[in-house]
Amino acid sequence: MQEGKPLSSKQINRELLLTILNSPKWFFTTISLLGMIVLFAMGAAGIMINQGFGVTGLNRPVMWGFFITNFVFWIGISHAGVMLSAILRLSKAEWRRPATRAAEILTVFSLMTAMTMPLIHTGRPWRTVYWIYTLPFVPYDYARGIWPNIRTPLVWDPSAVYTYLTSSILFVLVALIPDFAVLRDRTTGISHRIYGMLAMGWQGNPRQWKLQVIAGVLLSALILPVFVSVHSIVSWDFGMAVSVKSWHSTIFAPYFVVGAVHSGVSAVAFVLILLRYVYGWQNYIRHEHIDALARLLVVVATGWFYFLVMEIVFGFYGREADEIAVRNFQFMVTPWNIWMMIFVGVTYFLPVGIWLSRSARRNLWIMSLACISVNIGMWLERFLIIVPGLARKQLLTFDWYTYRPSPIEWIIVGGTFAMVTMLMLIVARVAPLIPLYDIKEGEILRTEIKIGRVTVPAVYRED
Amino acid sequence: MAKLPILGLFESADHAADAGDALKAAGVPMTDYDFLTDAPYPEGAFGEREENHRLYIFPFVGALVGLTVGIMLTAMTQMAYPLAQGGKPILSMPPMAVVTYESTMLTAIVFTIIGILFESRLPAFKQGLYDTRITEGYIGVLVNVDEDQLTPTQTLLTQAGAIDVVRKDGGSGA
Repeated sequence: MQEGKPLSSKQINRELLLTILNSPKWFFTTISLLGMIVLFAMGAAGIMINQGFGVTGLNRPVMWGFFITNFVFWIGISHAGVMLSAILRLSKAEWRRPATRAAEILTVFSLMTAMTMPLIHTGRPWRTVYWIYTLPFVPYDYARGIWPNIRTPLVWDPSAVYTYLTSSILFVLVALIPDFAVLRDRTTGISHRIYGMLAMGWQGNPRQWKLQVIAGVLLSALILPVFVSVHSIVSWDFGMAVSVKSWHSTIFAPYFVVGAVHSGVSAVAFVLILLRYVYGWQNYIRHEHIDALARLLVVVATGWFYFLVMEIVFGFYGREADEIAVRNFQFMVTPWNIWMMIFVGVTYFLPVGIWLSRSARRNLWIMSLACISVNIGMWLERFLIIVPGLARKQLLTFDWYTYRPSPIEWIIVGGTFAMVTMLMLIVARVAPLIPLYDIKEGEILRTEIKIGRVTVPAVYRED
Repeated sequence: MAKLPILGLFESADHAADAGDALKAAGVPMTDYDFLTDAPYPEGAFGEREENHRLYIFPFVGALVGLTVGIMLTAMTQMAYPLAQGGKPILSMPPMAVVTYESTMLTAIVFTIIGILFESRLPAFKQGLYDTRITEGYIGVLVNVDEDQLTPTQTLLTQAGAIDVVRKDGGSGA
């Protein structure tokens, strides 16, 4: 697992701070382009808010469509960061080093992006402020005598997502302190002052390092249960919905969590490949890292596939009218049955087929294809849970219908992908996406041992 | 007599550890010198003093605070805005569980962050003697000694293999 060549501290600083100290020429062009896409999407959202939901494909009974699908998708992507970072930190996996920071930052931005989706979906986003407050201590709707149900499971969702978001931001910031100190020492003027403030006077004495190492493990252990709770609670947005009986599945929570890990880890693998290509970080993001992620993904994907099959089998086994109607819609009605086949193919059979081959795992183009394929599939998965369930619900409805997303919805959803990419690039401009001290620690602990007639790379590991 | 800092810069961990041993042999208390690095080294690599901390208390205190706040927030909200729903109780436990759990975890994590900063003695508004070469891989041995001991300490650090010695008064040299 130690395929890279030894690196000095100077070289690590020079290469990993390249994105900050010498911004590439394409940076501002790319940011401008992505910014324009985001603005275009915001414009589309503005039209929707101005004109009303009539400009979308949402209807009765399909009141949740692209926006909520996209919300669940981005929440899923956000699970990569902390899951990958926390589990690999706790298990002290050596190959975690280049992957953790990018994964954690991807978590933060995908969560932020996810939270914009329900806000847009409300149709009147400013009204969400009224849920919390208008007059001191008097939530607006109560003051007007509307009395929304404060015990609804929909309240759980923001509480879980904001807990996860706050925790992830703090986790990233604490881990960035030593790297801010490196930047403080390498910048001048206003940048030096800002990095100096962010580094908070960090010197790198044994006490600070000891606390920093413990912090990584302790925060990982604390955030892991939050990460599990978040996607469980997202699944309960569906599982607890009274009127859609086909969503009343007891395995929804673990099914959603494993699915989130599947899409999230694939996304991180793709981001790492992109970073390696864009910034030339071949010494840091090596084939062995992508290979290890792919092997992890085989296990995750198979676990996810097991839950998928069980969800379908349990659905049929009960033979309830609601469930049969939904399954009929998913498997027998065109184009939904075609989407179902594509979804299962690109989420499981294609990528796992690729990951079973060592040479394919080490081919970054093929790996990129597999990772993108998983994420297309996982987006479709959420879509195929939400829309057919609503299109064929029986309770509290008077109609069955279908759903066709409008251009406005396509533009808004496309804008979220541009937004996450743009935010990641902006962060790469101000903070290292690969933790410098983690890589340096790996270099310090790197050694070689002789076994018989061979000398093999090894790593010293503390308890 | 006020103590003054002096910083020796070393290229290797072995030389920095030698400097630590020499300082110890010279009678400098372990609390008066420190090792500054750009990455975490295994504990005891420089023969440094053991660092005790109370970080583990912080998440427990935070969790207790969060649990209390969570219970109070959810219970008091339900009681303050009673909404009768098909004969179900006004004060219901299941809707409280998730929000209470999240608030418990959130404050446990926030307190842990506060604990990390507090125990790391951060933010340190007055940065002591420091050299930017430390974040280039050099190991700094920061010693606080009486003014009359500055020159002997500089000699000691140089003999241990320091490539440069930096003093607060501007003196420098190996």
